[in-house]
Amino acid sequence: MTITAGIDVGGAYTKVVLMDGEQIIGKAMLRTGYKPAIAAEECLVSALAAAGIARDRIEYTVATGFGRFQVAFSQLNVTELTAAAWGAHALFPQTQTILDVGGHAVKASRIDSSRQVKSFRLNEKCAAGTGAFLEKTARYMGFETDRIGALASTSAVAVPISGVCTVFAEAEVINHLSQGIAAADIMNGAIVSLVGKSIQLMKRVKMEPEVTLIGGIMRFPTMVSAIREKVAVDVNVPEGDLVQFVAALGAGALAQLQVRRLAEQGTPVTRRAEPVGASAS
Amino acid sequence: MTYAAGVDVGSTQTKAVIIDEDLRIVGRALVSTGSNVTVAAESAYELALKQGNILEEQDGVGFIIGTGYGRYKVTFGDAQTTEISCHGRGAVHMFPGTRTVVDMGGQDTKAIRVSPTGEILDFVMNDKCAAGTGRFLGAAASALDLPLDQLGPTALQSSRPVKITTTCTVFADGEILSLIGKGKRVEDVLLGVHHSVVSRSIGLLSRVGIDKEVTFTGGVANNTGMVSVLNQELGFDVNVSEDSHFMGALGAALFAMDRIVAGRTPARLQEVKA
Repeated sequence: MTITAGIDVGGAYTKVVLMDGEQIIGKAMLRTGYKPAIAAEECLVSALAAAGIARDRIEYTVATGFGRFQVAFSQLNVTELTAAAWGAHALFPQTQTILDVGGHAVKASRIDSSRQVKSFRLNEKCAAGTGAFLEKTARYMGFETDRIGALASTSAVAVPISGVCTVFAEAEVINHLSQGIAAADIMNGAIVSLVGKSIQLMKRVKMEPEVTLIGGIMRFPTMVSAIREKVAVDVNVPEGDLVQFVAALGAGALAQLQVRRLAEQGTPVTRRAEPVGASAS
Repeated sequence: MTYAAGVDVGSTQTKAVIIDEDLRIVGRALVSTGSNVTVAAESAYELALKQGNILEEQDGVGFIIGTGYGRYKVTFGDAQTTEISCHGRGAVHMFPGTRTVVDMGGQDTKAIRVSPTGEILDFVMNDKCAAGTGRFLGAAASALDLPLDQLGPTALQSSRPVKITTTCTVFADGEILSLIGKGKRVEDVLLGVHHSVVSRSIGLLSRVGIDKEVTFTGGVANNTGMVSVLNQELGFDVNVSEDSHFMGALGAALFAMDRIVAGRTPARLQEVKA
């Protein structure tokens, strides 16, 4: 079979998916930090270890995400929108609208049946509409990111949070806490605010069913249920932690296609899966 | 001697100023606002009295005005005035040629156009986004682990600003650290940060019209780097004073003195006299 790698270097996390045909054989994720090239390398090494295969088994690598140009070992770079379209389509073939809520960016896109992106809207300029808003809100209350999901799920009622600016939200959160409002309800309110902004983006791409939700923030059940409540149509959510790997999966699937195309053309695949710093010839 | 006081409760810091009948500042104090706004207002006021060697009972502070976002929490105050009016009044008092005021604080930036007598003609503020406020500089300081008072002097060591593309304050530290990671010099990055904040404040200023003279007020006016970059971008020098940080409190104290002169004794003193 053909083994390929998809790597998604996001603003917050770097994800790698290794594929054998249509099967995922290994994946890994770590914080991108401030050196995307190193994160990409380390993440690939972890994914290889998870799959139990040697690096030279990878025939083709496709990179995506904001840091894709820093990936030394990829043969092809694609936008996050293209990668997400391929990944969402692989999991839910009827997908027409994708909402990707990540740590540093939110993207809504509409795609056709051949995975072409027809329309898209992004927010990566303002943290108030991204996962960073939830992360900061949690931190203002003394909670780490990994507690957000559990905390919000214990809330009975969402306290309105304006969500205009992540920095200004700090005063709002402190104000609520000082009035004795539960941290869980504030967290829930922050999620509702983020959902409101995300749905505006989806409306602007003229959302059509089926809607597929992806990105790290969809790990939080409260986020998904708040979106379900707001949009009239049912939504697809990839299972478990796969929700964070959809763009990487799409990149891996595109890599499979590239290998097939090159084989049809009779062009030999140039292997480039060497470590950073090794000669790439 | 009769005194008047102004207490300016900002989002980050609380300032108090006491003036005498000749409208001179005789006491001033600055404390962190923190979570208990009333306590901060009281302690700033008491410190200002102490600094001016004023005994409240003996000398008599005739009128106290609260201003700033926490003005209604100045429970010992006799009246409240918006910080817009106070910054305009304070700036025109200190620099009579002032027609435009740029007030940069910890969480907001305001551009105010004033008449020759200090009346407010127009103002705009960044009420939706923390970019272009002191917080953006604060984010840079914490990313680079520098104290706030070192930001300006460090930036001014550079003559080659690195362009900062991030708008959002939350994402700024990421960009700053990645620029440092790519080998950019701290002073060049910091100068770029100052340019970014200045360009946003000039955007606000343009919306009210930039009429000379321009007076720079608020805590960020203490930052020499901001003053220098602002002068450079405007093409002329702005007015700055050592008391720029206290301009809102000074304006409030001036309004308080107006009340005393107008003979309106506050209720609390009437009770004492009766």
